[in-house]
Amino acid sequence: MTTLSHYLLLSALIFAVGMAGALTRRNAILVLVGIELMLNAANLNLIAFWRYGPHPEALTGVMFAVFSITVAAAEAAVGLGLILALHRHMQTTDLDKVTGMKG
Amino acid sequence: MTIGFLILAIVTMAGVVAAMSMRHLIHCVLALTLGFAGLAMLYLQLEAQFVGLTQLLVYVGGVAILAVFAIMTTHSSEPVARPGTSYWLGGCVVATAVFILLAHAIEKSGVGARTMPAAPVGGVKEIGVALMSGYILPLEIVGLLLTAALVGAVVVATGEGSGKR
Repeated sequence: MTTLSHYLLLSALIFAVGMAGALTRRNAILVLVGIELMLNAANLNLIAFWRYGPHPEALTGVMFAVFSITVAAAEAAVGLGLILALHRHMQTTDLDKVTGMKG
Repeated sequence: MTIGFLILAIVTMAGVVAAMSMRHLIHCVLALTLGFAGLAMLYLQLEAQFVGLTQLLVYVGGVAILAVFAIMTTHSSEPVARPGTSYWLGGCVVATAVFILLAHAIEKSGVGARTMPAAPVGGVKEIGVALMSGYILPLEIVGLLLTAALVGAVVVATGEGSGKR
């Protein structure tokens, strides 16, 4: 039988991998992808706690996850728009080369 | 641990690790799609059908395609690391430390031993009724946020002041 800790450990692993990617990759798009993975790990936690909680009929965890997915999608759209603007200004998405704030 | 969970966990982890470690950016996003789909299957296994299908629609159908678009329009590739500027070791050490901390906290707290209770009633109908009654204010705020994000993304990506919209 799968217990709650299996899901929590899997979610912690996904979070750690996403964090390693966000910290080590140099391309801005992949950093954004790493952040998305960390948000997804949080969603898995919410759903697992909802399913194993004492009152699953209250739907609190599901609602949290749905709103979290919505906000993450909005964040991805704005983030990729920012990366396109960055590429237009500096002709690169290499984060090491983006050292100035003035376009 | 059931065999279904094991398979889904291995597929998801393979996709996620490949997405963060592959060299070619398009391959990264394809592997990421696999990871997102695996997560959606995990949600379905946890009997959160609505969230699982939302995950498929939003992430596999939306975010991954958007990332492919961004990679193709910027012609970007992973830059070659210049010597002396590698964050590889530091990033992996920090991520491993975070995972060990989280795993330790999960093991120490007593919640991990819980087993799955009987299947709840969490169908689309109940979620729709809850969204339209108790969660109406968050729903409206999210609608506003999505509108603002859509307009903001278009304004940022087209470039203000260029005159060409």
